[in-house]
Amino acid sequence: MTDASALGWWGVPLAILGGAIRVGTPLLWVSLGETVTEKAGRINLGLEGTLLMGAMTAFAVSLASGNPWLGCLAAAGVGVLLGMLHGALCSLNRVNDTAMGIALMLAGSGLAFWLGKPLIQPSAPGLPAIALGGWSDVAAVKASLAINPLFAIGLVLAFATHWALGRTRFGLRLRVVGDSENAARAFGLSPTAYRIAATAFGGACAGVGGASLSLVYPGAWSEALSSGQGVMAVALVIFARWDPRRCVLAGLLFGGASAISPALQALGYSQGYYLLAALPYALTLAVLIGLGKPGPSHGAPGELSLNR
Amino acid sequence: MSSIPVPAGMPAAEPSAAALKWRALAESLVPAAAALVLTVLLFSAAVALAGFNAFEVWGLIVLGGFGDAFAWQNTLQRAAPLILTGLAVALPAQAGRVIIGNEGALVLGGLAAAAFGNVLASAQAGAWLVWPAMAIAGALAGGIWIGLVGLLREKREVNETIASLLMSFIAIALFNQCVETVLRDPASLNKPSTKPLPDALLLPTMPGLDVHYGLLLGLLVALAAWAVMRFTPLGLALRVAGGNARTALGVGLPVVKLTIGACAAGGACAGLAGAVEVAAVHGAANASLIAGYGYTGILIAFAARFSPAGVVPVAILVGGIAASGSLLQRRLGLPDAAVTVLLGFAFVALIACETLRGRQFFKASK
Repeated sequence: MTDASALGWWGVPLAILGGAIRVGTPLLWVSLGETVTEKAGRINLGLEGTLLMGAMTAFAVSLASGNPWLGCLAAAGVGVLLGMLHGALCSLNRVNDTAMGIALMLAGSGLAFWLGKPLIQPSAPGLPAIALGGWSDVAAVKASLAINPLFAIGLVLAFATHWALGRTRFGLRLRVVGDSENAARAFGLSPTAYRIAATAFGGACAGVGGASLSLVYPGAWSEALSSGQGVMAVALVIFARWDPRRCVLAGLLFGGASAISPALQALGYSQGYYLLAALPYALTLAVLIGLGKPGPSHGAPGELSLNR
Repeated sequence: MSSIPVPAGMPAAEPSAAALKWRALAESLVPAAAALVLTVLLFSAAVALAGFNAFEVWGLIVLGGFGDAFAWQNTLQRAAPLILTGLAVALPAQAGRVIIGNEGALVLGGLAAAAFGNVLASAQAGAWLVWPAMAIAGALAGGIWIGLVGLLREKREVNETIASLLMSFIAIALFNQCVETVLRDPASLNKPSTKPLPDALLLPTMPGLDVHYGLLLGLLVALAAWAVMRFTPLGLALRVAGGNARTALGVGLPVVKLTIGACAAGGACAGLAGAVEVAAVHGAANASLIAGYGYTGILIAFAARFSPAGVVPVAILVGGIAASGSLLQRRLGLPDAAVTVLLGFAFVALIACETLRGRQFFKASK
């Protein structure tokens, strides 16, 4: 952060932007996946466990194969498995999706810590950054504009998901399932199948979000890797009001808010350091209080237990 | 869903009262037994895959959690905050509210207790004034915080599950801010803490036991909650309000007050857990308070099917499994995360096996 102080006040917005992308990338992925899950009428609170399993798997596979992209793929695969498990168990009668999510969060993080024990020391090959700051010779500018490749992919995926939900037959059916189970049955759709698929997609995204943690930033495996990004996903989705495109903004805002404090601290301003971290949550709560009960006009799926 | 229509003039055979009783008992035992079997199978497979002897592992879990007096004390020590955080979810759930953000109420309770305790300690107040004051401060802080969640739900239709989670993040930020700045003890360098309580004001252990009085407090609160739910009109009113709000309004129950009250009571339990952890374990409010007790409490309450009495044995079981972790690590070199995996598997199995409840084979008449 000494670079930021060399740039003076200009360093602040730059550091915030860089930080927003660095910290926001896993948030973007997790919230994108959770948006699709919730659009189908389910909520998965267990993404924290999926995120950690994804981070651990990506790191282990990258270490063993030397190819970080293979690590990402493996993380997505583990995410699919965990998502399908949640989806399948919650389609049983009387199984509560909120509680199952928290139980899977515990099981997933425990497994990740157990299997990841031997991975704490070594360093695995990380993903190469996209250097958008090549035009500048100020190190801070370069560092801030070295874009996480998963951010770029996530950006494309967010728009693709928006298109898929709104314009494809599958997306339309998924939203019908999420809005009214009765309507879905009347159309001859199987809500269970769509929900398992949507939860599996959510898991895959959370797995890749985890890969972004262990292969890009901070770029190593440790038990303190995730600071609750998986649990935050639920807040992010509401903030994005169930719109995949707004997940990008929500991820950047939540990521940026956690970058404001260190950037200001580098300049010697440390007042309210921790309160700033609460800003996105306070904003999300304010959005909810303003909306009241989220309805269809807010993009809220009608079958979601949280909207009833 | 699938009720078989009975033709007119052909009364269905009514099963005898004894048969009904047996079926009800089976319905309550079968899911738990199935979950137990599933957990044992899954975790045994996991430890076997990791190259350990599953029989040895299970033996050590039983030994380390419940094997001797020392193990029991360790277990009960861990169960004390879990009883309270379990109640923190179970009480609002009786009124139909699912609160998942008690971690925040717990840390705020701990913070308030530490702050009040220090103010009174510097005024030379005796322990018998300081302890109740700390308990009340903790319960109030947690109660107001989650009461606010209940209020938002009643007044603005903000979903309590999400609101409590958001408020939990806000509470932890508030906690960190206070511990790092205004309430920080300048002597705490590496781990920012509030000023430690004088040793004379730390909650002692109960006579003859190596377990602090927080356990007794937790048991008393659980007993009181059970008695209120079981024997008082208030408890009945709460259950009616939770079961069917329209009916409750129809018979003139103050549903809004009841549900906000249940949320506040739950938050007070979580705040009390924080106060006990400060007064008996940490001696000050610091990051050690954020240990996930709030989240474990959610699972305990679900596993106990929101019964205030049921929370106690489940919390003790969870405390025992957690306590066995150090023995497993010492004897077998099994990482401490293995215990988290076991708890995770157990809760996944328990929640999944709820599906066995209410099935036709518990009801079908012969």
